[in-house]
Amino acid sequence: MKFGVISFPGSCDDVDARKACERVGEAVALWHADHDLAGVDVVVIPGGFSYGDYLRAGAIARFAPIMTEVIEFARQGGYVMGICNGFQVCCEAGLLPGALLTNVARRFVCRQVTLELVNAETPFTRGLDPEELLSIPVKHTTGRYYAPPELLARLHAGGQVVLRYAPGENPNGSLDDIAGVINEQGNVFGLMPHPEHAVDMLTGSADGLGLFRSLAGALV
Amino acid sequence: MARALPALGFDGVSDVRVGRLIELEVSDPARLPEMCERLLANPLIEDYEVLVERDGGG
Repeated sequence: MKFGVISFPGSCDDVDARKACERVGEAVALWHADHDLAGVDVVVIPGGFSYGDYLRAGAIARFAPIMTEVIEFARQGGYVMGICNGFQVCCEAGLLPGALLTNVARRFVCRQVTLELVNAETPFTRGLDPEELLSIPVKHTTGRYYAPPELLARLHAGGQVVLRYAPGENPNGSLDDIAGVINEQGNVFGLMPHPEHAVDMLTGSADGLGLFRSLAGALV
Repeated sequence: MARALPALGFDGVSDVRVGRLIELEVSDPARLPEMCERLLANPLIEDYEVLVERDGGG
């Protein structure tokens, strides 16, 4: 079970993501300018500000050399997890439906949020107790999930909404409190909260570890 | 902004919209819409309008 965590110029959570992956398997660093996925089983696109996010969050990273490989890898059923900026990159790349808009308050938000698991039948969430709430931090300015009405209805109907902010916890104005979605094929998952920052009680919660553990279990 | 302007005495502001202006020098303006679709705008969440000024008029 081998995880690969991509580093773009401006990524800042790549090291934490790698350390989280190392708790459940092997983890290697992947470089944005390479065309090589090093034979990994899972690609993690981490949080940060890829290429400065100057045009739109994720818009430039989506065309990074390594993304050609990631898109092909995902097409063939490979597991991809996009966290925060990684979620934005996946949306820009067309790997995930919808888009992330500026927070409704137009401010950076950084806090612990409570999440509900909506779909516990994905490779990313299978190891989690569907009844249990998760406590995981968010930190972003562009995290308001948006999908046009028809698409949104399809996502709900198809079980593609995986994580939701618990009532009163929505930090950014996301439609229907959506915090994480999966693609139709069920192998690409994006979320705004940072599970890699919640893998040890030392930082207040280890609830994020379950997502990495599920994935490791899915591949055994 | 909609709150700050009246606070400064600028009454009569009923709506505020902030957009983005991208200036490009190109040899083939016909390709601008394609550039917008593929990179400069995300059509799912953004509208765009192309204005062409010839001979470095901008």
